[in-house]
Amino acid sequence: MRIAIASGKGGTGKTTIATSLALSLASQYETWYLDCDVEAPNGHLFLHPNFTDQVPAVIKIPQIQSDLCTLCGKCVDVCQFHALANIVKSIMVFPQLCHGCGSCTLNCPQQAIQEVDAPIGKLESGIAMAGIHFQHGMLSISEPMPTPVIRQLKRRVNPGKNVVVILDSPPGASCSVVETLRGVDYVLLVTEPTPFGIHDLYQMLGIVHDMNIPAGMIINRDGIGEKSMQSQFAEIPLPVLLRVPFDRKIASGIAAGKTLIEIDPKYQQVFSNLYQQIVNQLKVGNIC
Amino acid sequence: MIIIISAQEPNLEGAINERFGRCPFLIKIDTSNNQWEPFQNPGISQSGGAGVAAAQFVIDQKVNAVISGDFGPHAANALRASAIEMRLFSDNISTVQQALDAYKQESLLAFGQD
Repeated sequence: MRIAIASGKGGTGKTTIATSLALSLASQYETWYLDCDVEAPNGHLFLHPNFTDQVPAVIKIPQIQSDLCTLCGKCVDVCQFHALANIVKSIMVFPQLCHGCGSCTLNCPQQAIQEVDAPIGKLESGIAMAGIHFQHGMLSISEPMPTPVIRQLKRRVNPGKNVVVILDSPPGASCSVVETLRGVDYVLLVTEPTPFGIHDLYQMLGIVHDMNIPAGMIINRDGIGEKSMQSQFAEIPLPVLLRVPFDRKIASGIAAGKTLIEIDPKYQQVFSNLYQQIVNQLKVGNIC
Repeated sequence: MIIIISAQEPNLEGAINERFGRCPFLIKIDTSNNQWEPFQNPGISQSGGAGVAAAQFVIDQKVNAVISGDFGPHAANALRASAIEMRLFSDNISTVQQALDAYKQESLLAFGQD
């Protein structure tokens, strides 16, 4: 079972939910936690992994072998990202625009393109609280392309039966979120009763609908905002699986690096139930 | 001499556009016979790599010089490697024709030399 936690708007509580959900399941299932927010990972601040493994995250950048290249320009034409230019005397490569898709290599009639690994970040893993298998990616500063790091991070997990993988998504509603969601069984959308929260929730609804992934909502900081927000939630065709109240005790606990379960032990049962609701929803069929 | 100027509108009397990669039109002018032709900038609709797309167009047109408000690092690298002269609009220029006249009078600053 792969569950992604996404939101659209940043700061709605994705990591708050993801860390506590992982903790609540760790005694029953082999549980993996993947922090896919590679531009600002923070799951480790709550789950305290002991990192024992580190590998570089790379992107495959084309390297043109000038002795074989006939300057036909086919690679320039097929590149959707304009990472190559035909500058008449040679082909110029722009590594920062390259998505590492391999189209140029595949389409070169002379096989004049070699792919070389360019490091853009790192992947770290280790065992965290309650025996959780913790993995996160970190994009290097000034590198613009988070998706290859997320792709490699996800490849490091090969879940067997009875394994639960929790994927903590980056904020926003763009490529890095789609990369995180690819192949998951369920998406938990964490939102808050503010116009910004609801606006971005609708963007995420479009994505999960297009990707055909079953989803449910969690309303965090419940109690803030105008009453009209609640009626707007009612119009969204997804089940509300949990409401977490706007509560000073929770806020100060999170600020001190505690998970919801450590702040209030009742959340152990709340999140176990939440997981069961997800399992039941998937049994009934897609609601999305 | 063939030059390209980044423009807001597809004619010589129209306004210039300061952005090379994202300007709506690139106007190609042959100074030997004053013939000109507007092209839609292929970079404008790209989600990324607009500068390179526009630079590739300019290179393919076999121009000698290109005039704009600024050039991004990727576009500048491609144009420089193709030995295409890059010039910048000065503050008193508002139309494509004015930019062309200023270029002929050699009063435009070269990019990367300020």
